[in-house]
Amino acid sequence: MATIDYHWQQFSFGKKIARFSVYLFFITGFLFSLRSVEVIPEFLYDAPEQIMDLLSRMWPIDYAFYPLTVHEAIIETLNIATLGTLVTLIFAIPLALMNASNVVSSPLIHWISRFFLVSSRSVNSLVWALLFVAMFGPGMLAGVLAIAFRSIGFVGKLLGEALEEVNMGSVEALRATGAPWGAVMLKGYCPQVMPAFFSIVLFRWDINVRESAVLGLVGAGGIGVVLNDSMNLFQWQEVAMSLLAIFTVVVLAEILVINIRNRLI
Amino acid sequence: MAGLNSIAEGHKKNPFKRSRWNIGLWILVVTYLFYSIGSLGLNAERFLSGIGHASTLLDRMFPPNFERWELLLSGLVESLEIAMISSVSGIFLSLFIGILAARNLMPPWVSVPIRGFVALCRSFHPVIIAILFVKSVGFGALAGILTLIIASIGFIAKLFAEAIEEISFKQVEAIRATGANFSSVVIYAVMPQVFSRFIGFATYQFDSNLRNSTMVGIVGAGGLGGTLFSAFQRFDYDFVAAILITIISLILVWEFLSTLVRRVF
Repeated sequence: MATIDYHWQQFSFGKKIARFSVYLFFITGFLFSLRSVEVIPEFLYDAPEQIMDLLSRMWPIDYAFYPLTVHEAIIETLNIATLGTLVTLIFAIPLALMNASNVVSSPLIHWISRFFLVSSRSVNSLVWALLFVAMFGPGMLAGVLAIAFRSIGFVGKLLGEALEEVNMGSVEALRATGAPWGAVMLKGYCPQVMPAFFSIVLFRWDINVRESAVLGLVGAGGIGVVLNDSMNLFQWQEVAMSLLAIFTVVVLAEILVINIRNRLI
Repeated sequence: MAGLNSIAEGHKKNPFKRSRWNIGLWILVVTYLFYSIGSLGLNAERFLSGIGHASTLLDRMFPPNFERWELLLSGLVESLEIAMISSVSGIFLSLFIGILAARNLMPPWVSVPIRGFVALCRSFHPVIIAILFVKSVGFGALAGILTLIIASIGFIAKLFAEAIEEISFKQVEAIRATGANFSSVVIYAVMPQVFSRFIGFATYQFDSNLRNSTMVGIVGAGGLGGTLFSAFQRFDYDFVAAILITIISLILVWEFLSTLVRRVF
């Protein structure tokens, strides 16, 4: 009865080594970074004091500041987020189609679209904003384009994955009737990815509301401009008002998105 | 044939009628588009001059200038250190915070305040948190590390808590029936069910921290972002291009590595 004495293990030897080496890599990386990173310990010791000082300067919140500039800036921020999300779709939908292996089968086109998607995602929205401010000057336009270019990678990647999960039965049935490409797209793929499409777009809009709040720091419009101005003038009570406004809008946007998603899906 | 045609004539109406709500929604979207594009202040002249600026910008960006590679490398190393420290400590903290925030393991008086804390971490964009930390702990890598720890907690702890709430409770009950204490229940009943998802969130968050560590420098929190921003302000666009190429290739390398890590677990 040798089999009963067999010692069962969850992972094979190779897998154990692999898992162990991943842990080892991260722990050594962590320790090395901890040793070599330049942190001035004196700054850390009085951090709680400094934070309390900052909070005491922020209190009480300057509510009178809201109607002066914050209201307009918040509306502008929401416009940047919404328009940016809509402009993204112009670029993201073709790239998503190019990236889905059951729509286009050429590996070359996959690599081209993947290159665009990855570069859109790796460059941060603030960096995109810097680039567009250099092109179109400071203002809302730069913000919209920054949001749009940053979202292409996100929307394109997720939409491409949703397209790949489409049940090919109805698509093949349409092709068998001799339907042209456009009809296959519209009646075969489109109805199946619609729920995923709306949830991706809503999710991205929610993220974009957060992101567009900071674009103003580099001059691309929205509440960030107001925040930056008050901060440069050390008007911390106004800063607190702007932060409160951002917080409220972000929370409301999230609640809105959750409600719409529950209705749609 | 005549009968067939007459039937077809009688049923020309679309069986899937658009609801009134749907039409109203589209009208609302189109009105909004007109209103918001109007507020953009976009005209042909500005757009064309922007395209002109874009071409000069691209002209000056290429070829990218890697002459100051030492500066680039030191910024890159600092970014990597920030990403490594903040990811490892943020992910480690989220492991506990996620368990504390799970409503099916914890009584409401624990989970509700913890969930509130996690929501607070998530509601502000990392750049805003970075500004506050730069004010309170001074310029440098420490502010970046603290920022990204907060961002990691906001993201992973929430998703991890949701993953725990979806587990099957049979295994928890089986372990509890043996008289095991809380830590054994977590280790033997909860973790095996959610660990692979946790690794998924963790690799995603590392990726996101890597991107963000190249950005927090824009507000003075250390890393490659500071180098990028000062290159921008000195109009060294060829150096900017070199930095951007470095960031994109860094993300590509990590994307390759993360698929390896996910295959191991």
